[in-house]
Amino acid sequence: MTIKRIGIIGAGKVGIVLAGLALKAGYEVRISGSGSVSKIELTIETLVPGAVASENADVIANSDLIILAIPLSRYHNIDPQLLNGKLVIDAMNYWWETDGIREEVLTPDSTSSEQVQAYFKGSTIVKTFNHMGYHNLQEDARPKGTKDRKALFVTGNNSEAVTKVAQFVDTMGFDQVVHYHLADGIMTEPGSPLFGASLNYQDLKNIIDHFDQTEFGKKVAASTHHE
Amino acid sequence: MVDVNNLEFGIETFGDIVANEDGSLKTAAESIRQIVREGELADQYGINVIGVGEHHRPDYSVSSPETVLAAIAAVTKNIKLATAVTVLSSDDPVRVYERFATLDGLSNGRAQVMLGRGSFTESFPLFGYDLTDYDDLFNEKLVLYDQLRKEKPVTWSGKFRPSLKAQEVYPKTEKGELETYIGIGGSPESIIRAARFGYKVIIAIIGGQAERFKPYMDLYHKAAQKFDMPVYPVAVHSHGFIADDKNEAVEVAFKNIKANFDRIGLTRGWAPMSREQFDNETKVGSFYVGDPETVAQRIAKTIQLLDLGRFDLVYGAGNQTVAQRERMIELYATKVIPRVKEILSTKEGENHDH
Repeated sequence: MTIKRIGIIGAGKVGIVLAGLALKAGYEVRISGSGSVSKIELTIETLVPGAVASENADVIANSDLIILAIPLSRYHNIDPQLLNGKLVIDAMNYWWETDGIREEVLTPDSTSSEQVQAYFKGSTIVKTFNHMGYHNLQEDARPKGTKDRKALFVTGNNSEAVTKVAQFVDTMGFDQVVHYHLADGIMTEPGSPLFGASLNYQDLKNIIDHFDQTEFGKKVAASTHHE
Repeated sequence: MVDVNNLEFGIETFGDIVANEDGSLKTAAESIRQIVREGELADQYGINVIGVGEHHRPDYSVSSPETVLAAIAAVTKNIKLATAVTVLSSDDPVRVYERFATLDGLSNGRAQVMLGRGSFTESFPLFGYDLTDYDDLFNEKLVLYDQLRKEKPVTWSGKFRPSLKAQEVYPKTEKGELETYIGIGGSPESIIRAARFGYKVIIAIIGGQAERFKPYMDLYHKAAQKFDMPVYPVAVHSHGFIADDKNEAVEVAFKNIKANFDRIGLTRGWAPMSREQFDNETKVGSFYVGDPETVAQRIAKTIQLLDLGRFDLVYGAGNQTVAQRERMIELYATKVIPRVKEILSTKEGENHDH
């Protein structure tokens, strides 16, 4: 199935930037916030004219690709059934200032995206768009082949899904460094040298390839018992 | 077209710890006294506003900005005295009103409240609030503050504070109303909220291009119209550093702003600032760094682009010396501000390709 319709869950800073990029890339865009449509209508029609403000159920049902761009502590508010059979991008991270105490949001021995996947059992989760600041996402998007193009990390367990999402990321204006292991999403979470950074393909790849040599990588390795 | 005659210029400090010439750090107490001295200087130079932030962290000296502003009030005549910002979510709106009404009395009506949710969160556990109530706390307390601001008996009840029943709060101000801004970090919801309450808006642009906020200006106007509320000229605050020599300014700013951002980044998990990032921010982003001419051109451009009524430069980030801080304030007041006005009134800025 070709991806034509993008559904964004979350009308905050990241959700709106991604909606803008998707519109520019020629997609049909639906977006939902945490409350009623009327709460986000004015924002959407002003900041991303052309995107349709709607509710979760409608956004999910009428999109080929869903992006979760809400605080990690809130994905439990979405009925997992709604996402059955859907290709889903997890653009979330654990962020203590919004999400509260880590142990209350996540179990210690797995990564946030693995837990998102476990909750949305019937969907296919791919992690990306989570490690670059929203204003970099907005300002640094470039057409393919542009000299100063930046790159995003794309990872997931289902290789077909990862390939599709990587193609989507390309149309959104970024190169991609691809892995086929959802748990590798931790490499780009807060604390990582990649979190909040905006790097080109080679620089991003270098850090990913030598992740275990970074201080954060050593910390992650030390806290994962089974690796 | 920007109304140059009514443009306001401010300086703001978050209360960073001041450095000695040998690089060692002054005490928090010395840093606080230095801010008072700088408030006095800024007033003598004719700067319109000084804003002092509220932080509850070891790297900042001010947790109680109204107290510092009260000291500045006593040694100044014209400068407005603002917080940058008052973290309303973890404060008691009644106390906020009382402190500012007192400051307003002390200063002959120069107090200016800037309410925000705060970009730091240390105050939440400190005062017994739960971060997961972040949005609800601000919304509820803003409703109460809004009633208090009318200076009439208040009847109110909510989740986070005991109820009030026809309660008078003192002292009353001479103008009958505290000038109030809402500080916004870039969430569209915040700007709509400010419009709904009919408050002035100050946007903190701490990264990226100011142009990004252009649609937010439309949003503010549309929201004000929708709620039938007045539209005020919008203010922006951004970081900067000015020195006589451009290269010196860039190096001092890089060292200090990077140190400041990286230290904050440590607790938030974001990567250290790269030189590329910093250079990008100073060239086209939201750091106003350089000699007076460079900084004036960039400020003028932002004012024009967003049609602002006020620009506040955040100074003193990291650990700067007294000489660096005071010289920057002097250059800002005596060189940058007049030059910005000149650029904007001659339309020179419109064709300036930076």
